[in-house]
Order: sequence, then C-alpha cells, then structure tokens
Amino acid sequence: MCLAVPLKLVEIEGYEGIVEMGGIKRRVNLSLVENPQRGDFVLVHAGFAIAVINREEAEKTLSLIREMEQHS
Amino acid sequence: MEFSLLRQKKSVELLLQKVDSLLESIGREVRIMEVCGTHTMTAYRSGLGHVLRKKGVRLISGPGCPVCITPEGVLLAAAKVVEEMENTILVSFGDMLRVPVDGKSLLTLVPAQNSSVKVIYAPEEALKTAELNPDRRVVFLATGFETTIPSIAWVVLEAQRKNMKNLFFITSLRLVPPPLRAILCSGDVNLDGFIYPGHVSVIIGSRPYEFIPEEFGVPGAVAGFEPVDLLLGVISVLQQICAGEAKVDIVYTRAVQPEGNPAARKIMDTAFECADAEWRGFGVIPRSGLVLRNKVLDASREFGLELSSRKAHEACRCGDVVKGSIEPEECPLFARTCAPESPQGPCMVSVEGSCLIHYKYGSVRWTGSA
Amino acid sequence: MDRVSLSVGSGGKLMRDFVKEVIVETLGNPYLEQFGDSAHVNLSGDLCFTTDSFVVRPIFFPGGDIGKLAVSGTINDLVVAGARPLFLSLSLIIEEGFFVHDLKNILSSVRATSSSADVLVVTGDTKVVPKGDADQLYINTAGIGQKLVEPGNIREGDVLIVTDCVGDHSVAIMVARGEFDFWGDVQSDCRPLHSLLPLWDMGVKWMRDITRGGLATVLCELAEEKHIPVEVWERDVPFSPAVNALAEILGIDSFYLASEGSAVLVAPQDKTDEIIAFLHGIPEGRHASVIGRIGGKGKPGEVVLETASGGLRYLEPLTGELLPRIC
Repeated sequence: MCLAVPLKLVEIEGYEGIVEMGGIKRRVNLSLVENPQRGDFVLVHAGFAIAVINREEAEKTLSLIREMEQHS
Repeated sequence: MEFSLLRQKKSVELLLQKVDSLLESIGREVRIMEVCGTHTMTAYRSGLGHVLRKKGVRLISGPGCPVCITPEGVLLAAAKVVEEMENTILVSFGDMLRVPVDGKSLLTLVPAQNSSVKVIYAPEEALKTAELNPDRRVVFLATGFETTIPSIAWVVLEAQRKNMKNLFFITSLRLVPPPLRAILCSGDVNLDGFIYPGHVSVIIGSRPYEFIPEEFGVPGAVAGFEPVDLLLGVISVLQQICAGEAKVDIVYTRAVQPEGNPAARKIMDTAFECADAEWRGFGVIPRSGLVLRNKVLDASREFGLELSSRKAHEACRCGDVVKGSIEPEECPLFARTCAPESPQGPCMVSVEGSCLIHYKYGSVRWTGSA
Repeated sequence: MDRVSLSVGSGGKLMRDFVKEVIVETLGNPYLEQFGDSAHVNLSGDLCFTTDSFVVRPIFFPGGDIGKLAVSGTINDLVVAGARPLFLSLSLIIEEGFFVHDLKNILSSVRATSSSADVLVVTGDTKVVPKGDADQLYINTAGIGQKLVEPGNIREGDVLIVTDCVGDHSVAIMVARGEFDFWGDVQSDCRPLHSLLPLWDMGVKWMRDITRGGLATVLCELAEEKHIPVEVWERDVPFSPAVNALAEILGIDSFYLASEGSAVLVAPQDKTDEIIAFLHGIPEGRHASVIGRIGGKGKPGEVVLETASGGLRYLEPLTGELLPRIC
C-alpha cells in the first residue's frame, strides 16, 4: 500500500534535506528519522524520510544474492 | 548500493529454484496473503504472481489498499466539498482522486466557484497550498496506513503550531493489524502464511503481528518490495511451513527493525487517537482507525459533512475478495458488469485492487505460458 | 515595442510592420518575403500532409521551447510516415502582452530547427487575443512531405527497435513545471528526426514517434491496427537515469512517458545489425536498441512484456492522466 524508495541524502539543513536519484532531486522532510547522515540512503515516502537504510543489512541481502549466483 | 540486483532475472530465477525445492517437500498448494497492495503490484508488474501461481504458491491480496478500503461516504464528503463549497481547494493523493463515485471522480467533477482540486505527492504540499492561498480554504483528504500517517500527523501538528485558520482535514486513516485479526477470526479464509507490509512495518515494527503466530499458528514474514524481496518473504514462509514453526520473520532487514520507528509513532500519537473505523467491504472494525485529536481541524465537523456509509452493489463481493476468501473471478459481477471502465466495487478501482489486477494481468485473459 | 499588443492583430500597417520586422525577419526565407496570401510551391508525386497544434507549459523548457517542439513534432509525423519533410506552415495565437523578445527567441528556434532539417516555413498567420483568452502562445502547423516508400508487410519474427531513450520529454516538462517540487538536470529530447529517413531504405516496415501515451500506447496501437501479437523485453528498453528515477519515486509506469525525439520501428530480423549500426552512428540513435519482436506469447492485438525479472505482463494503452501514487 505504500510506495517508498531508497534515495541518497546529499544535503542536510535542520529538519530538511535534499535527496537525489538519477540526477533528480527533491527536498525531503527528516523529522521522522533519528540522526540521518549525509551520504545515507533514506527510505522516502510521500516526501518524508521514514527510515535510514541499514547499509550492513542491505549488504547482507545483496551478498546473499551474489553468493547464490556464484554457486549456480 | 546495487539495488538493481534485487530485480534482475538471474536473482529471481535462483530464488524460484529454492521455492521449487521447498514446495516439493511441502507437497501441496500454499496460500499466502500479501497484506499490502504494493506487494500485489510487485507481484503483477514483475509477472511473478503468475509464475508463483503456476508453481503452487497462491498469493491472495489482503486489505492493504487505501483506495479499496476507504468508505464511499468519505469520497462523497470530499466530492461535496469540491462541488458545493466556494473558495476551496481540495488536495489529495493521486490514488484517491481517481476513484469513481457515482460515475464521476474527484478529478472530473465541476468545482464550485473559485474552487479546485489539486494532486499532491507529499502531505507537506497541503500546508504550502494553505499558506499560499490565505483567502481560500484548503481541505486535505488524508488517507493512508501507518506508513503515511506520521507524515500527515506532522502536517497536522505544524498547522496547529502555526495556528493556521484555513487548513482542514477529512481523514480516513487505518491501522493494519486489526483487520488481520478480523480476517483470522472470521474463519472463512484458509491461509498458510502472511507477507506483512514492509513500509507499514518500518513504522510499527514486527511486534504488532506477533499475535498471529502465537494465537493462530500462522507463519509470516515482513518483506520489501523488489521482486527479490517478495521472493525472500515467500521463501521464509515456506521454510517455516517445512520446519513446522510459525513466527514473524523480517527479510526486509535493511529498513525494518522489530521495534519500528518510535519517533514517527510518537508524532502520530500526538496528532491522532484510536477509534473504531469503517472499512469498505468489511464494515466497522473496532479500534482500527485514527481520528484527529484537535477537532477544530476536522473538516467534517467544521463544515457539517456526513461521512455516511453506503452499501455497494448488492452482488459485489469485494468484501470477500479483500478478505481473501474468494478469488476475483468467483464474483458474479467480475468482468461482466464490473470492469475497469465501469467498476461496481472498490477492488476494480485501485491500480492495486485485486480485481483490477486480475482483470488486467490475471488468469482470465492470460493464455500464454511464462 | 517590447510586448505584443492587441492592435498588432487588427490588420493594417501596424500588423504588417510587426509581421515583417518580428516574424519574417527572424524566419527569413524567400517564400515569406513575398507576403502573398498563399505560398506557391512546386511539387509532384505522392505527398504526405499533416497538421498539429502545440500547447505546452512552460513554453521554454530545458532542451527546447514551443517553437522547436512544433517544428520537430510536424517533421517527425512526416518522417515516421515515410515522407521527406519539405514545407511547413506556422500559425501563431499570441496572448496580448507576450514579450516580443520571447517571441523572437521562439521563432529563432523555429528557424534553426527547420533549417537543420532542410525544411522551409512557407506560409503562416498571426492572431493576437486579449489577455487571459490564451496561455501565452499557441502554435499550429501543417507539413507537406514527399512520400519515399510504401511500408512493407509486417510478419512474425520481425524485430522492434527503439531509436533512442524513451520518456525524457515528459520528465523534463514535469521538472520544468516544478510539479511536486522536483528539480534536476534533465533535458527534453525534443528534436527533428529527419536523420532517420535513410532507415526506410534499409527495409523498415513501420515507424512511429513515441509521443503522448508513451511506448506502451504506441505499441498497443501497432498490435491492434495490424492485428498482430507484440512481445517486448523490459531489460532492453533504454530509459535514462532521470526517467527511471522519477518514475520510481512517483510510482508512474515509465512505459507511458512521452518522448519528442525518439521513435519505435519494425524491421525484418536480418536487417537488425545494419539498422542498429546506422543508428549508433547518428546523435539521434545513440541508445538505439532491439526491444522486442512481432510474435511471442500473446494473441493478435496484444502486447506482452517480458519483465526485467523474467515474468510476463500485458501492456495496455494509457487511460486517464499519469498521477503520482503514494501506494
């Protein structure tokens, strides 16, 4: 029911930030996430960041896929 | 990060092999409810729904589509605002504005003098619209589940803080866990597992679903929305079935924590309180909705709008479809009097509605083989 | 005079001066300088004749303006019909108060675009309407071209080729309008496609520019008109990063986004290499790609998409507006 996309946080100014993907940028409201850092991927839904993507966990999922591909 | 890996054919094929081997040891068809309409979209846009069905995993679309479950009375109230109130801008999400009511939609009806309808992508645009139009009223038709509610709550609190006099809300906000209990208690569905909504779970975490394995013994997994994410969810459910266990697994660990997002929930609780709520197709479910704490912002109170419920077409079985107790094709109206151009019920309306998806991509027209 | 006034449209000397100094001088060609009531052109043989009206907001956008769009659109309608574009008409409906220097800029791009394609604007008309009766500037065109070929019969096994990335115009316009507060460096692909004309000699059987309704709608028309099944491979369809990004963020299907400088064509399979090599050698074909074929799993009249993740779904023509979804 809820479309949300991981976008790179390229700037932070107070409770607002700027996210970027494929050269397209938009202001994002950061009020709902704690301690976002520049360079983080944030999950954006309707103009709000609702989560900071956990890089380690993302990497785990991705390497699981890569491993499967190596073993096939 | 290489998110593209999560939708490529090779990865999907490898995971489908895993699905095959798990299904072999289970030895029967498995029925899994994907609660969230966006999962339904992933399944059908990628074509995976069809592939899984042929393998023996039947995905059943659940109640997680706001367009489908928003009561008609809410849409009629919004239509009334546009048609009868002068100097008013109704703002809402694209999804809601397209829904037909009485042969029209909020986008096609003729607004009153100096009034208009505006599509927004972000709730904050409602606030901005009100600020830019101080001499007009702005009514925000605010719909959504836990993913969207904190953003709407933030706008409500901002409107309060700025003491804005021209921004009002028609809300239809719903919570995901209560209808799941309602579905399980109704007993007329036969489910082997759940795929829980990834982005609702970003906010509420995985704990609110714990009652499902504990009380009903049904496995489940919180999954993301890439084809690979969805398959990881299906695989987790199949593995639980094989192992004879039931839990709430999280396969969307890059975004979801068991405790969810407490900061977002706090904002949500500050602006809204829990109430019984009507779901189109279900009726009233206890404590399944949220309403404004600050009644001054409530458009229905301020302008005397009645959010009356109205019965859909008598033979329409959207209620059963949303509960997952029948397939769209089993409804007597499906593809006969009910079609995308002439929807009789909500599930034929939403781009993520089960009936529309089955009509467009589903088994009725599909003759080829994947 | 720095703004267009109503009196300019009333006929008489003021109008004649305006047309002469602003329009004819900027467009500058011998046909227009004759100031006749109609242009006399010498043509024979099979001709194609097309007309189109252009309404775009904003009228200046990254990658073009309404003038370039009008000329390109008209030229492209002739090119995809298998005709070499020769002459254009150009009618302007101007809102009172429109800046003359904006008009001159737009006419300069009309000139640049048409001369780049060896096409002449041979006749035109100008009307000025009271402020509020039009939105800045509307353009109507007609185009005449020499028919070069009779398209061949499409048969099963023929390949589908797109000549370049798809959807950039829609995204550039959305961003230029400031819709939903996005911004970014994204250009419309608006341009004349006369450089595609040699493709007709390479055996191309059918061509269409991918304008409103996007690739999905154009392919549905192909499948329906010719009563053939069409198969498309999502992986091979070239979308620019900006198109992918905006489509993903707003939940819009990129198969419905419009281009103004990209076409899709049907060709015999054994000509594929020659066509792709030709396209890769011209600026208008840098991302040319084979994206599907005639035949496959659907029934005649259907377009089936093999998705990037290996599943299948139907592509349907666009219905209604493209709106962002939160769901």
